[in-house]
Amino acid sequence: MTDQATDGFVPTQSKSKGASAGGALGLGKKDLRLFLLVVAMCAFAPFILNPFPEGSGLAQFNAGYPDLMQRFVIFGIFAIGFNILFGLTGYLSFGHAAFLGVGSYAGIWMMKLLTLNVIPAIIGSIVVAGLFAAIVGFISLRRSGIYFSILTLAFAMMSFALAYSVLTPLTGGETGMQLQYFDPRILDAPLPEGQTPRASLFGLEMAASYELEVGRWLFTFNAGYYIAAIAMLIAFYGSIRLFNSPFGMMLRAVKSNQNRLSYTGISPKPYTLAAFIISGMYAGLAGGLLVAMDTQVGAERMFWTASGEVVLMTILGGAGTLIGPVLGAGFIKYFENIVSKINKSVLEGWFAWMPDWMTDVTVTIIYPFVGKGWHLTLGILFMAVVIFLPGGLVQGGQKLATVLRRDRKSKDAERDAAIQRQAGE
Amino acid sequence: MDAIILQILNGLDKGSAYALIALGLTLIFGTLGVVNFAHGALFMLGAFCAVTFSRLLQVSYTFTDASRTDFLGNPLQVEVPYLYDILGESAGAAVIDWAVPISILFAIPVMLLIGVIMERGLIKHFYKRPHADQILVTFGLAIVLQEIIKYFYGANPIPTPAPDAFIGSFDFGAMIGFDAGSIVYPYWRMVYFGFAAIIIGAVFAFLRFTTFGMVVRAGMADRETVTLLGIDIDRRFTIMFGIAAAVAGLAGVMYTPINSPNYHMGMDFLVLSFVVVVVGGMGSLPGAVLAGFLLGIIEAFASMPEVLDVLPGINQIIIYLVAIIVLLTRPRGLMGRKGVMED
Repeated sequence: MTDQATDGFVPTQSKSKGASAGGALGLGKKDLRLFLLVVAMCAFAPFILNPFPEGSGLAQFNAGYPDLMQRFVIFGIFAIGFNILFGLTGYLSFGHAAFLGVGSYAGIWMMKLLTLNVIPAIIGSIVVAGLFAAIVGFISLRRSGIYFSILTLAFAMMSFALAYSVLTPLTGGETGMQLQYFDPRILDAPLPEGQTPRASLFGLEMAASYELEVGRWLFTFNAGYYIAAIAMLIAFYGSIRLFNSPFGMMLRAVKSNQNRLSYTGISPKPYTLAAFIISGMYAGLAGGLLVAMDTQVGAERMFWTASGEVVLMTILGGAGTLIGPVLGAGFIKYFENIVSKINKSVLEGWFAWMPDWMTDVTVTIIYPFVGKGWHLTLGILFMAVVIFLPGGLVQGGQKLATVLRRDRKSKDAERDAAIQRQAGE
Repeated sequence: MDAIILQILNGLDKGSAYALIALGLTLIFGTLGVVNFAHGALFMLGAFCAVTFSRLLQVSYTFTDASRTDFLGNPLQVEVPYLYDILGESAGAAVIDWAVPISILFAIPVMLLIGVIMERGLIKHFYKRPHADQILVTFGLAIVLQEIIKYFYGANPIPTPAPDAFIGSFDFGAMIGFDAGSIVYPYWRMVYFGFAAIIIGAVFAFLRFTTFGMVVRAGMADRETVTLLGIDIDRRFTIMFGIAAAVAGLAGVMYTPINSPNYHMGMDFLVLSFVVVVVGGMGSLPGAVLAGFLLGIIEAFASMPEVLDVLPGINQIIIYLVAIIVLLTRPRGLMGRKGVMED
């Protein structure tokens, strides 16, 4: 971690100067604006994500269907939580999916044993994932750097292997876990035989949707999505507060120079452990919500590629920034679901306006990067971000904004100079 | 007793693969100070070198043999590899049969080249960046490499058999005086172990007994002083990266008959190899080899039915469990040096 002291520090713009002055909800003006923007985006996501009319050629770029929107916000929560650990303290965990998985299993057991209401399931997920994170964190945080990454990876792979084999009675093993009508839900009335149990919030089913048709557009408002979105907003709000709190400052101190912190007489361990647990609880919340939405769990949710994915999301969006992880999560999930659906005939359709030979050439060039090959695009993109934009998409946006502003400024300066010259003559 | 020997033998071939990959990882880390998450991909590329080479050897043309007919009565279409025409039928068939060992010759230059290109083109720019960035960019590279392989070779494993002479097993138990059939061991795994031992020995001898190796070791110990002496250490480290890539590649080439290569085999091995490196001690070459064999053998023992009866599923987690215990009791790994990757 010493290297990070010198050049691994990603500047964060979140610490606004007027945290106490102005703004509601205990947020600074800038953070409040960001938060309200995210609230608005979540609320109007069914519109924003469905810009193309139904049945048009571009309709497949619409992401406004419930399943994908739920994934956006749930993985947003996951990435926000990961960012609290990695973005603030610089500890790179390669086994974060374990907490998501453990949370999912806890959630489904709550729904099996207690009630189909999602609230106890989500609370159970958070608590169990937090406890598990406490154990893993207590052990893993005795080391740092690559050793920490390997330790977390080892724990995650152990959890995966156990869930896949020995713990089959608890986890369903290879087939995973589903809800059954005969589960002993002690708070609910028993379901009639053969009926599929559905998760609900005080009677409001997660799958319930209201569809709105405006002209050729079809917008879907899904109960599950909005519940997940509210959870995401709470999580996001929590992360803003945490970033601005003295505790957040301590975490940044851990990242920038642990030695100095120790010399001041402060042990970094309680702070990093707390961050680790909070981050695990975020992952648990995400896991619980996943279960609430699709009422099933599989062990592959804990495989190390899933842990790698949340690292990708956070870095791609911008580690250490507030909005970055959410953007990264949205970006990757969009790619995964939309770009992977583009197949050869779709591509041929797009480029049909070209001469035949050119269509063939273009399709041949583009085809490896879409459809089943979308991972390739993702890998290239990820490498490009790490190489050129260590601050992720957020830094890219900021750079762009700076360039634009400088452009305007320099034009102003030129004009001023011209005026002065004229005046001088 | 025979069961113990059998498990040790069983552990050797997987342990060899771990040791070879971990050796390469440690070489890269010790020389360049880079944590290379794409090393598993290099292993995978090596395996696909073997696949490519054996496919190249089998490139063939078809002609119609009018004198014979197939079961439908049509003239028989005969496929003949070009190699048969060049070398004659029996020699050609022998070469195709021995494709995997011969492809070592093909894989060494290819992997050296890939390694050097990788170092010059990408890794070079990451020396001054934090380890986390190095991990991330090589992780990205690994994804890209495996997706490229997947595009060209498909997602299914490609069976690449060993030469006929090595197919089957021999009764090792009978050789050393146990009952016949008590210790049966496939030939190819023995070959793999011998091959790994040779490669590991060669790498150590190269570092120990050549001037080049001496300079490299000096550079690992104190890069700045070596540079001040007017030695272009960067160039040598680049070559070492190439060698590390070749070691991983060769491990992959020879592993193809044991496990049919597929595009994600590298990642599967990489995770374990990192555990191996960390257990052995970051930056320690003997540590990497020792830990590789040790973990391979421990894994084999944990897979014994007697052990599984007592502790079900232990074979899946034993390596990670050992890693956790080692890291907590000996934080630098088994043979780690002081001051490597520490805060």
